[in-house]
Amino acid sequence: MNRIDQRFADLKAAARVALVPYVTAGHPQPDATVAILHAAVAAGADLVELGMPFSDVMADGPVIQNAHERALAQGTGLEQVLDMVRDFRREDSDTPIILMGYANPIERRGAGRFAREAAEAGVDGLLIVDCPADEADELQGLLKAQGIHQIFLVAPTTTEHRLNHAARLAGGFVYYVSIKGVTGAASLDVESLAPMIKRVRARINLPVAVGFGIREPAQAAAVSATADAVVIGSALVDRLDGCSSVEEAVATVRDFLAPVREAMDNSAPVSIEDTARVT
Amino acid sequence: MVEQALKVEQQESLPDVGGHFGIFGGRFVSETLMPALEELDEAWRHYLKDPDFLAEMDRDLAHFVGRPSPLYLAENLTREVGGARIVLKREDLNHTGAHKINNTVGQGLLARAMGKRRVIAETGAGQHGVASATIAARLGMDCVVYMGAEDVRRQSVNVFRMKLLGAKVVAVESGSRTLKDALNEAMRDWVTNVDDTFYILGTVAGPHPYPAMVRDFNAVVGREARAQMLTEYGRLPDALVACVGGGSNAIGLFHPFIDDTEVAMYGVEAAGRGLSGHEHAASLCAGRVGVLHGSRTYLLDDDSGQIRHTHSISAGLDYPGVGPEHAWLKDCGRAQYVGISDSEAMEAFHALTRREGIMPALESAHAIAYGLKLAAELSRDKIVLINLSGRGDKDINTVAELEGIEF
Repeated sequence: MNRIDQRFADLKAAARVALVPYVTAGHPQPDATVAILHAAVAAGADLVELGMPFSDVMADGPVIQNAHERALAQGTGLEQVLDMVRDFRREDSDTPIILMGYANPIERRGAGRFAREAAEAGVDGLLIVDCPADEADELQGLLKAQGIHQIFLVAPTTTEHRLNHAARLAGGFVYYVSIKGVTGAASLDVESLAPMIKRVRARINLPVAVGFGIREPAQAAAVSATADAVVIGSALVDRLDGCSSVEEAVATVRDFLAPVREAMDNSAPVSIEDTARVT
Repeated sequence: MVEQALKVEQQESLPDVGGHFGIFGGRFVSETLMPALEELDEAWRHYLKDPDFLAEMDRDLAHFVGRPSPLYLAENLTREVGGARIVLKREDLNHTGAHKINNTVGQGLLARAMGKRRVIAETGAGQHGVASATIAARLGMDCVVYMGAEDVRRQSVNVFRMKLLGAKVVAVESGSRTLKDALNEAMRDWVTNVDDTFYILGTVAGPHPYPAMVRDFNAVVGREARAQMLTEYGRLPDALVACVGGGSNAIGLFHPFIDDTEVAMYGVEAAGRGLSGHEHAASLCAGRVGVLHGSRTYLLDDDSGQIRHTHSISAGLDYPGVGPEHAWLKDCGRAQYVGISDSEAMEAFHALTRREGIMPALESAHAIAYGLKLAAELSRDKIVLINLSGRGDKDINTVAELEGIEF
């Protein structure tokens, strides 16, 4: 069983909403990444999303763009990202890892080769930001053969027929982009979430993660009321940007995520089924 | 008008409904942009068959842009070269000084028809930014132009022109600070402000429908040139030559000739300081297939798939990708793609200026340079038609700097 499926099954049984931090591999420095991931798990992360640096991150805002540029400048490419995953897996064989990035580096490595290497390294899911369901058939086949889920984004503007298309290919969970815009662009409107998530659930039978625009414990807690998972990216990456040592990065992750986890756990504990019914 | 609508319908055979030219093209964008692209696709298909829309566009092309642009026989250069006759399609005579206005008039009218109040654009040399600011001024729309900080420096005259026209110019400091980064930034703006904003993309790159739509708006160049050749020379040219950055002026010229298989097509890329290193912008000559800016195409990247910084003296050609239809034309062999170096382009810039009294844009000077080479190899009964896509006034600072001249 894919670790993502296992993890969401366990969370469901525990009536716990997943906390999913995003960090860019190699940022703020390459030797910090694995320590950051372990620190995130220790602080209550249930899944981790690891950004694969790319030179032209069209769908990301300035914070993540800067992180990618810094990571690239320090030599973090796809090969190094896979090494970091292998390294992480030495001490953590349970926490699902989702790689998130852009199509060209994977295309250059060869999608088939990448899928094999990623599976071998211990990757569980792949989210290619610039590969919507329309262009994903071939890649999806290659990933499926390796037991890797392809994660898709859905947006407030995603039409019914596009939801159906994504439903056919998606695995693991669905990543609901909660705002119009790039990562970190604006704050989330929690009120508008419930009807949208309901729409997604009606079409796609997978856990729904909400991301883009969640920066504070209170927001994460509010999102927990309707979503199965809360993704926090830019706000964390922004704090990591100021760290100048591995120790500092680890402390930053812990200090940032622990209150988020706490706020999520203290918000009205409803099970996923209840949430689905309420919305 | 009916004839034009029919022509457009025929052109719809490629790309397919998802925007693919063979393996190239498509829509490699974040899901957040997909609905906007679908809305645009629908509007474009609708209005290109709407007689009122087409009539207004034709009126603007005639009275605002100054079309048709003439064909000009470059007699002095023809004599000097001693080969094929050299004929120039004078897109440099258009309002705002380049072919870019053809597309911005079309997209500007489309933006208005779609009820958008704000337009954004990316620009390299500044020509597309100026053309976008121009149509925005005429249609009374807000306009924001994204321009790489390096290009802002190189093309300060065009930056000032855009500001005079009422546009806000945003200098993009990320990445290589050139056209590709401006495009990234424009996409970010669009995805954030998609409700009221129309993105006027300036070239035949990007996600579908841009490559096909920008082609259709620029194909007026080739349609005119084809008819003018038949009227003025009683025949089609033997070869077409056009410079290729993203490739809009080249596709505009090539497309109406695609079925005329006796007409050879040459796209001229910026070979910069030479194709052997990385200081060039020749994605078709020296690149490989990948995914950039929303489409699968030839591009310049390193072995880990990171997009390379490119180089050309011409800001408008300084782009690591290329329109997917060019990638397709290359692979199916219908068009050939060649490189012209910075110094060859400079030589051609001076040759056209001194011999014909026409100062070409540095982009177009690449096409002139290859056109002269090609004409020299061909016999006197042949005709080479070169797209003179823009005028060189915007480049005089660059030329002066290269030659160590201070004003």
